[in-house]
Formats: sequence, C-alpha cells, structure tokens
Amino acid sequence: MITIHLTINGEPVTAEVRPDEMLVSLIRRRLGLTGTKESCCVGECGACTVILNGKAVKSCVMLAAQCDGKEVVTIEGLQLNGELHPLQRCFVEANAVQCGFCTPGFIMTALAYLSEHPNPTRDEIRSAISGNLCRCTGYEQIIDAIESYVDQTNASA
Amino acid sequence: MSQYGEIERNFKYLNRNMPRVDAQDKATGRACYAADLSFSDMLFAGALYSPYASAKVLHIDTTKAQAVPGVVAVMTYQDLSKPFSWGYYCYMTDRIRYEGDAVAIIAAEDEQALKAGLAAIEVEYEQLTPVLTIEEALAPGAPLVHEGNPDCEGNIWKHATAFVRKGDVDEAFAKCDRVIERTYTTGNVEHAYFETEAAVAVPDKNGRMTVYTGCANPFFGRRWAADACGLPRSKTRLVQTTVGGSFGGKEELAGLVTGRAAMLAQKTGRPVKYVTSREESIRCSTKRHPFRLEYKVGVNLDGTLQAVECKLIETCGAYHMHEWMSFRTKIHAAGVYNVPNVKIDVLGVFTNTVTSGAMRGYGSPQSIFATEQLYEEVAKEIGMDALTFKKHNLLKQGDTHPCGQVMKNEIILPEMIDQICEKTDYTKKHNEYEHQTGTIRKGIGMSICHRGCGLGGESPDNSACLITVHDDGSVMCNVGLVEVGQGLQTAYTQILAEALCVDPARITVNRVDTDTVVDSGITAASRCTVMGAQSVQMAGEQMKALLIETAAKKMFHAPVEMVELKDGFFQLIGVPNAMIPWQAVCECHHWTGGQGGLLAWYSAPDVHFDAEKGCGDGFPTYTYSVVVSEIEVDTETGDVKVCKVTPAHDCGYVINPQTVTGQIYGGVAMGMGFALLEDLGMRNGHIMNSNLDKYVIASSLDMPKIEPLLFESNDPTGTYGAKSMGEPATEAIASSIVNALRNALGVEIKHIPLNKVKIFELLHK
Repeated sequence: MITIHLTINGEPVTAEVRPDEMLVSLIRRRLGLTGTKESCCVGECGACTVILNGKAVKSCVMLAAQCDGKEVVTIEGLQLNGELHPLQRCFVEANAVQCGFCTPGFIMTALAYLSEHPNPTRDEIRSAISGNLCRCTGYEQIIDAIESYVDQTNASA
Repeated sequence: MSQYGEIERNFKYLNRNMPRVDAQDKATGRACYAADLSFSDMLFAGALYSPYASAKVLHIDTTKAQAVPGVVAVMTYQDLSKPFSWGYYCYMTDRIRYEGDAVAIIAAEDEQALKAGLAAIEVEYEQLTPVLTIEEALAPGAPLVHEGNPDCEGNIWKHATAFVRKGDVDEAFAKCDRVIERTYTTGNVEHAYFETEAAVAVPDKNGRMTVYTGCANPFFGRRWAADACGLPRSKTRLVQTTVGGSFGGKEELAGLVTGRAAMLAQKTGRPVKYVTSREESIRCSTKRHPFRLEYKVGVNLDGTLQAVECKLIETCGAYHMHEWMSFRTKIHAAGVYNVPNVKIDVLGVFTNTVTSGAMRGYGSPQSIFATEQLYEEVAKEIGMDALTFKKHNLLKQGDTHPCGQVMKNEIILPEMIDQICEKTDYTKKHNEYEHQTGTIRKGIGMSICHRGCGLGGESPDNSACLITVHDDGSVMCNVGLVEVGQGLQTAYTQILAEALCVDPARITVNRVDTDTVVDSGITAASRCTVMGAQSVQMAGEQMKALLIETAAKKMFHAPVEMVELKDGFFQLIGVPNAMIPWQAVCECHHWTGGQGGLLAWYSAPDVHFDAEKGCGDGFPTYTYSVVVSEIEVDTETGDVKVCKVTPAHDCGYVINPQTVTGQIYGGVAMGMGFALLEDLGMRNGHIMNSNLDKYVIASSLDMPKIEPLLFESNDPTGTYGAKSMGEPATEAIASSIVNALRNALGVEIKHIPLNKVKIFELLHK
C-alpha cells in the first residue's frame, strides 16, 4: 500500500492506496463521493471526469498514487452554501440533462476548459467537450447550457 | 396553441417548458444510481461467463474459488431450482447458447477477492458448432440453438412468426406494369446506456427480499428476483434507483443481475451489490435485432403501388421474448402508403450470438431503412420523381392501412412534407446533387414514416397512478412507469398539475417502488406520455372533484356545481371575493375525513388484429415523421459528414417543447450511429468491440446542425392529444442518411451500418 496526501474539494485527505488503484475508486469507494461516475473504465467516455490541479482528467485511468500532493475537485465540490454553481443552473435550465449519468463529467470538463478559455465560440465548446460522450442528448442542449453560462459570466463581468 | 387542432387547448401547465424535476439532483451528482448505493456488511458479486458461443459444461470445480480469501459464496447452475424466470434467459446454465451465458456467480468481501474467485473457478467445456447467421440457422441439418424446445421449429422461434394478408398479391404482380425485388440487411446495435446494469439486493430477517436497481420494468425485475429466491412476489420488493438510460434495453441483463444478486443475498444473508462492467454489459445485454428484409413490389407506370410482398427475418440471437416486436414489424413493414395487396411475413431465428431485444424503434428503423430506399428505387424504375411517387401513394385519413386498419385520425403528412421541402430546399438540392463528379459530393435524402402509438395490438397497455393529497397541500404521485432519462417525471408533473389544477411545485412524482403501486408493465413503446399518463390525468381529475366537493359542502355550504378550482384557489362562482386557497381546502379535506388519495387505472383502447387471417387494427393511433438529412461524402476516403438534419414530427400536442426537442436531438445521434458508426464486430459469436473505445457512438464533433420542426395535430387519442416521441425521434434518421448517400453517389445501399471501408467498396467494386 502507498500512503498519499491530497486535497479533495478543499479538504485534506490522507489515504492508503493499492499501487493499481484508480483515482475514481478512491473518490467513489473510499470517500463516498458518488457524483463521479464509472461507465467505460478505459478513459473513453468521460463520465468519471474530475479536475486535478485545474485540468480535467478521467479518473478511471489516473492512478490514485499519481495524485499525491495534488488538488482534486469533484462535482460535489462545486456548490457553495447549498446553491447550485451557475454552470449547474445553466445545465438545468437548458434541459442539458436527461439520464444524468454523464452530466457531472460534462460539467467538470466544461469548467476546467472555461477556466482557461473564458470566451469560446460555439464550435470551440463543441470541440472542448468532444472527449465526453453522451447517449441521450445529442449534445445540443449541453452546448446550449455552456454557451448560456459563458454569456451570463461575460455579461456580469 | 395548436396550429392544426380544433380541440380547445387552453392549458396552464402544458405546452410550455418547465425545467426537469430531476435535473438538479443529476447536475449536482446527488442523484443516486444503483452502483452508488452502499450498505454495511455489503458483499460484491459477479459472474463467470462462457468463452464459447455454443458449448456444454462437462465439469465445474469451485473448490479453489471457495478457498480464495474474501470469497463468501459461490453458486453454479447446479444450485438453481429453476434456471430461468422468463423467456428462457438463464441465471446460469450448463448449456451455453452464447458467450454471455454465465456458469457461476460469486459474492465476495471486496472486488479484488471477487476477481480472484472468478479466476479460480475451473470449468471443462465441450465445444459445439455454433450457428452464427440467419443463413446458417435456416440451413438444413443446422445445429439447434434450443434443442427439444416445443416453441421452436428447427431454429425458427414459432412465437415470432407473424403475418399480414390483404388482397391478392399474386394476381396483382401478374397484372401490374413493373415488379421490383430487393434484399436488405441490418446489423446489431448496442444501446450503450451510460449506466451499466447494477443491482443491490438486501435481505431482511423476515425472509423478504428488497432489490434496488435501475431497470425499464421494475415489476419484471421483481419477478426475476422472486423466482431466483423462490419467494412470492408479495415478499419481494423492487425499488427503482435513478436509471442511467435504457432505450428499451434495461430489461433482460438487468433482470438477470437482479436475480443473481438476490440469490446470493438470500444465500449469505447479507446485502449484495452486483455492478456489471462495460465489457460485461456489451457482451451480455440485448441488441437491436439484425434483420434480413426481402421485398417484392408491384407498381403501375402511373405511379400507383399495386402490391408489396415481403419476408422479414429477424435474428433473435440466443434467447428471446420479443414476440411483440414481430407485431410492430408486420404492421409497419409496407410503410405509410396505400397498398391494396399485401403479403407480409415476419419470422425470427435463433443463433448462438448475442440476444436481440427491444431497442428504440423496435423493428421499425430496420424496415424504414428498407422501404424508404426501395420506394425510391421503384420510382426510378418507372421514371418518376421519388417524392412525387411517395406523395401520390401516401396514406390519407379514411384510407385502409396495409394491415387492414381504417385510418380514422388526421394524417398531416402532406403539410409536413411541404414545409420540410420548403425549409430545406429539398427538390432543388436533390436534383442538383444527382449528377456530381467531384471527389467531395453532397447528398440530400428524405425519409417518411409513421409509428403506432403505445403498445396497441402488441399487448395490453395499462397503467396505474396513485395520488395522495396531504393536509399541507403537497401532492404525492406514485406511478408504475419509469423515469429512464426521457423526462417522465417532469411530463407527469405537468400533466397532474393541469388535471388537478395545482401548482407543479406542490407535486412529487416518485420513482417506482413495487410495494407502493400496481404493475403497469414496461417503460417502452414510447407509451408513457401518450398512454401511461392517462392514469395520471384521470387521478388528477378525480381528486380535483373530491376536493371541490369538500370546498363546496364543508366550507362554502354551496352546491358543488357552484365551485371551481382555478389558479390555486377554490372559487364560489359569481362571488368575486369568495375564494379559499388550495392548502386550506386540503387541510379541511383531511380533518373532515375526506378521501385523501386514490388509485386510477387506465386501459388503452382495445385494438383487435385477427392473427389467423392476418388483418385488423394495429394501434389506437399513429404519429408521423418526415426527416431530411444533408451529407457530404469523400469518394476517395469513404468519409461521410452529416451536415444537417431536419426532423419534422407530428407530436399530437407538445407537453414540454424543451424535452421533446431533447428527445429529437438524441434520436438523431442514435440514428446516425445505426447508419454510419455503430458496427458490432462479431467473430465466431464473440463481440470484438465490447467497450466504448472500439464501439463508436457519435461524439459532439460528429453531430450535424439539427433543426427540428414540431407539428401538432387534431387527434384526441393520447393524453391531452399528445403522441409518442422517444422512438419516432430516431427511427427514420438512418434511412434519410442512406437516401442522402444514394443521392450523392448514385448507388444503392443494401446494408447498414456503413463504415468508410464499406462506402469505399460501394464506390469501387
């Protein structure tokens, strides 16, 4: 077992992990943060996306041991005082959610991307989320949600 | 307001966007799917599968597995008192009929012990020759998939045999001007719902079993668990967790997983969690039926269709329970056209391949792919423009459907076609693209179809809704149908709000708990709004009458006719200030002994099809769709880009425009997959691409521009006039893309899915 120290949603966490243990397993099984989903477990679908040191990563192909000393944000880390994050609100309002299994992953991918690209075009949004898959929505309303968040953020800036 | 309807539709909560009631939970990660559940002392379960498509287990030894530290229980097919629950699908078996058959299951303290335990089971198999295709299954002397099964004749499953007869096709073929014959085939399609099958079974000390799972039919799930444990249904409870997609498919493997978890929980006396891996889900779950579609069409030179004869053979795979699909297939097999002479035969054959099951469309995407291309070929044969030909033969209100049903309700296809042609500049583009020579070619294609709403003649179509109005004014609604992601809870909230005249914020539509509501069948056939919601409307209207009675008799001391409920207030008619708020009446109703809740039961109109004669009614009503797709194809590489899709749908009446549009967008993605992307690679019955890295579904970059056109019609059959939308959204997409490719390349397309290589071969053969 390997001892790691990391920060998850702002809280310091110390964990003993197996050398082959994935970050998603640490998050879901040990910490009980089940908002991060497992779907393909080969890094293809993006349902398990979390933000690691500011970058979106697929936690099913990231070893937990690699995250020693790093900062992880999961979907549970977005709400402030029980209020939806504005991007979450945009997902709700744009009907970007159907079965919901891919939704946390899309939100994490979008947030990490927007932190570095605050003013993307619709095509750039489309491209930015292309590493996350969705079987229900055809992506259109997900892109609507992100675009609406960008517009709101820029309008209030 | 309806563009077309004469029905008065002055509703407060319908035909408007309302954010999905489950969206906040899903966007925050709070929504709880079965795999998210945890119980103290919980074990982890999994299964060992056969490596062969057809085999017999000669010997199985679990001694080493039982000795693996952390393994708590090992069960094999030898431990089953009853190997199956429904439709022959086996919890476990020693007769392997496909590579998704399990021979043993294990419950262990953790996932590592589970994996080690499964690897330690020793099995000796006798390999048998598998039958892998329709042709192999029907060959004389073919090995039998279900030997000794009285429901089979060779490898033909007798329950899937269905036919339609109308007029005399032989005489019509002899007399008509031209006869055209074509054969088409289609492939397997994986549902690829993002949540794989998962269940947590929790036994209690009194011998009851509760299973938490996400499936399309909780009452079927309960049956799988009850049969696995030898318990009566009344001592077995299924609680529906949030469902991460179904598309028709969360039924068979979901049921097996439910049953296996329950039997391990019963054996160990501990909670057992069984979550399938993606590979396991793709290997074992059902797929869209592959079809072989053989058509013969007779036509006169004036463009009038004279006869359609067809034989549609579906690959059932190893197991099957979908005899109902043959019903839907036979009704829709000739398309939405006037055909005076019809001979349709549908049959299903067993093969040692992955099982076929319900998938969004349920037989129709395959036959629409065939007919919508075929009728264009027929038009070409007689030198007529394809759209003119189709419009000339289109079914109209009052006509007799190919199945023999008189079409009583409005058919708005001509208006839909005219509008879509105008929006897309269809005719001009179609003519222009017919004679291209460059490397990159454009194409535009149209597909026209209809779809029977609800279960119709397939099976009974019933639903239950139990509502309770509390003294604080809140309303609880328990329904027997499932939110699988399509927006059912939101649609039901809006419908109940309308029927009961109450603010939707007061309503909670619960997920299914089999202990709290009556079996309402499967969430499928796009029936939940059009048919299933009628019990919700009935319950709301009946409850409203009870509350008005309380307000009238106990509060206003006036006759009930003098009281109306409007905008959250009970109002004494004609007395402006005599108003009592909703909650005050609910409180009075409770404390004065008013009936606090009720169960409404809805049965869809009886639809009679004479199966002996092969004619009759198919469905209570139909919805209509026209889709235009525009593509670009690179003739050097075979690359196809779908540029724009314009789907037009007769929604009947739109309950929530935003969720309907969401269904349409998603349906386009899935239809594109059926045409171009999703090819389940099979070798000797083994699925080669059992994860999403190799089984390719559309990403955001593959998606075209989509411009939905929503139509409404004057048809009173469905709830508030609504029609089906889930399956119509996808069923005609693939065929419109195929017709666009024909337009671009001038070649016929006999098989889908197409990939680059197949397109390249089409061009260079």
